[in-house]
Amino acid sequence: MKPTLTMFLSIFTVLLFVSCNTDAKKQKNTNQSTTSVVDKTKGQAFIKDDGSTPNVLQIAIGSPDHTTLVAAVQAADLENTLVNAGPLMVFAPTNAAFDALPEGTVANLLKPENKNALANILKYHVTPGNYSIKLLKKFKKLGQANNQYVTVEVIGDDVYIGGAKIIASIKAGNGIVHVIDKVLLPPTKEN
Amino acid sequence: MIAVVITSCNNGNSSKSKGALSSSAAEKVYIAPGEHDEFYAFLSGGFSGQLAVYGLPSGRLFKVIPVFSVDAEKAYGFNEETKPMLNTSHGFIPWGDSHHPDMSQTNGELDGRWIFINENNTPRIARIDLTTFETVEILEIPNSAGNHSSSYVTDNTEYVIAGTRFSIPIPQRDMPIKDYKGNFKGTLSFIKVDPESGEMDLKFQILMPGFNYDKAHPGRGKSHGWFFYTTYNTEEAHTLLEVNASQNDKDFIAAINWKKIEAYVNNGGGKKIAANYAHNVYDESTHSATSTMKKEVIMVDPADVPGAIFFLPTPKSPHGCDIDPSGEYIVASGKLSSNLTIHSFTKMLDAIENEKFAGDAYGIPILNFEDILAGVVEQAGLGPLHTEFDGEGNAYTSFFISSEVVKWKLGTWEVIDRKPTFYSVGHLMIPGGNSQKPFGKYLVAMNKITKDRYLPTGPEVTHSAQLYDITGDKMELLLDFPTVGEPHYAAAIPADLIMKNSKKIYELEDNNHPHVTKTPADVKVIRNGNEVRIYMTTIRSHFNPDNIEGIKVGDKVYFHVTNLEQDYDVPHGIAMIGAQTSELLIMPGQTETFIWYPKLVGVWPFYCTDFCSALHQEMTGYVRVSPKDSDIGLSWGLGEDDE
Repeated sequence: MKPTLTMFLSIFTVLLFVSCNTDAKKQKNTNQSTTSVVDKTKGQAFIKDDGSTPNVLQIAIGSPDHTTLVAAVQAADLENTLVNAGPLMVFAPTNAAFDALPEGTVANLLKPENKNALANILKYHVTPGNYSIKLLKKFKKLGQANNQYVTVEVIGDDVYIGGAKIIASIKAGNGIVHVIDKVLLPPTKEN
Repeated sequence: MIAVVITSCNNGNSSKSKGALSSSAAEKVYIAPGEHDEFYAFLSGGFSGQLAVYGLPSGRLFKVIPVFSVDAEKAYGFNEETKPMLNTSHGFIPWGDSHHPDMSQTNGELDGRWIFINENNTPRIARIDLTTFETVEILEIPNSAGNHSSSYVTDNTEYVIAGTRFSIPIPQRDMPIKDYKGNFKGTLSFIKVDPESGEMDLKFQILMPGFNYDKAHPGRGKSHGWFFYTTYNTEEAHTLLEVNASQNDKDFIAAINWKKIEAYVNNGGGKKIAANYAHNVYDESTHSATSTMKKEVIMVDPADVPGAIFFLPTPKSPHGCDIDPSGEYIVASGKLSSNLTIHSFTKMLDAIENEKFAGDAYGIPILNFEDILAGVVEQAGLGPLHTEFDGEGNAYTSFFISSEVVKWKLGTWEVIDRKPTFYSVGHLMIPGGNSQKPFGKYLVAMNKITKDRYLPTGPEVTHSAQLYDITGDKMELLLDFPTVGEPHYAAAIPADLIMKNSKKIYELEDNNHPHVTKTPADVKVIRNGNEVRIYMTTIRSHFNPDNIEGIKVGDKVYFHVTNLEQDYDVPHGIAMIGAQTSELLIMPGQTETFIWYPKLVGVWPFYCTDFCSALHQEMTGYVRVSPKDSDIGLSWGLGEDDE
């Protein structure tokens, strides 16, 4: 049930094509057919706005505990997605959570050729929605931005998302950031 | 290791594939002074309640047609002639939330006669005449709330349809909100359109389970005779919908065989139930609207018409429900999904034929997702909302969260191109996109967030539309242009289908207004108790009469003003100091009326508000207001002292 990251990566590219056969015959993965160059001067992420409540991206950027996450978001060109009106709920693994991954995993993911795999993992940390801890307890699972589901468990007073514990929550201008103690790894099969 | 930054500086989005033939974006949108645009575009005004008329590709605003909100500029909802247009079962409503314009069609192609638009808040459908660009009819929809899945037109404008985003008790009654589930209902309304006059008549309503019916589109071509509605909140939640309506993996598209239900109703089917809803019609001959309250509607229970309604399971709270020009593909945008789901009409019919049902909801059969699926556009973007078609086998979908337009191919489901929008696009529009024959030259993206796109104007900034050239493989962003209110959807049509029919003046001879004044000899002022009616004319550059005496404090004074001009584009206006209403703006040959309650003794001027002529500043007059108990009789004149 808990695939390791290396396992995931090794079958990720295969999965893209295998999954085509599951639902309808003619599906194709479309992420790769149109890799476009991202202009990092355009888009909402690059608007100067000191007056508004910080959005989820700005919160992550401002956190010394999330430098790895921010680097990953930038490598995957997801900045503009995270500043959208959303609402967006971001599960933000700490640097320590990334450090707990097998040696070399993060460096590997940050390579340009792994951009899609990285984006998929990062999107698995994002829910279209804005739910406090209290509201999260009403869910058994959440539909994530990469189109897969992640489980929600309540153990005592704590809420666990895909096995990762929420250790802090920060309200954002366009949603909420829940800090988690593990990196979420997308399941290898659609629920 | 931080992102690879490569900027393609020269206008970022230009298509490189066209090489030397490629012209600049500026040339593509430039309409030389005095030249005309290629398309009319009609963008809904959203919370402005109106409908804005633009030219494409220039993005120039030509007119804002008042529809559901009063408009002081044109006296819509202020003058006595148009007040009945805004009458409802709740009384006079000065504002509306206009959403989805759709144009009349003949044989599945735009015919340029009328445009329909729905009001979401106090459920209504309006019809705008495209010879006058005026709202000529508004029909209130009973048993409805949140009139959102509206106002889409079938292949031959047989029907314009409406649906309820919010379910409610039907008939309305005093009951606990917590008893929503199973007790609240939604209705889908089928409004028959008279093929000659265009007049609307609510033919029947279908009483559906208490889901939220969000968007809709008609079948066309092979699927003509069907209508498709997306639903969400199949959980039937009544509170905290952001949590409670996001629990089911799949909601439904409701597929309605309206021809079957129409036949059932024509044979006496359905129950007549009591209702109360306004039908408001503007008569061009009298230049006046009337409002009639209708008292009955035919309600159809799906259980009584087996084989007419089916549910197609569709992932994640689908929003847009768009049918390709062939009528085969039903494209659903699960707004919390990153995939697009496309159902096959042929497979749907096959599943129905073979009665392959997964179960039922309130007696309505549910088909198997796998049986009807044509394909999925995987990981196309985040937060899909709406899809349009270019008639060349391509579809274009808006993605709100990832703020982009994605072009993909019907049948292979592969993504061909994606372009950012600025920012958070809602609706898309291709001219003729909701018909069998789209004009796949331009795509208009209507964005929800503007932020830094224009000079800042304080906290509120205009909504922004963006024009893309879609003639190449890759889309090319040509233009940003500001919009009115919040355009939820739009419709566009080649200009030559409309402009030749556009009316220039109203014939004075044909003016049948009950208070018309056709010649100077007919000018008069009549008192009946404290009610005074002034029969006034305008022509360059005077009012007749322009001096009026004998008006008293406490009177109710009607100004019935007829514009005697018969020249194109020579309206006259009139405004009276202290009148608690708007000006009038009277087109040539037209009569309009405002009411003035004089409160203060004195001599009070009125004047022409539309610069009509070189002597416009001379086009003024005076009303003498005497005390209530004065015995000064009525008198009026024009140039009397000079004789």
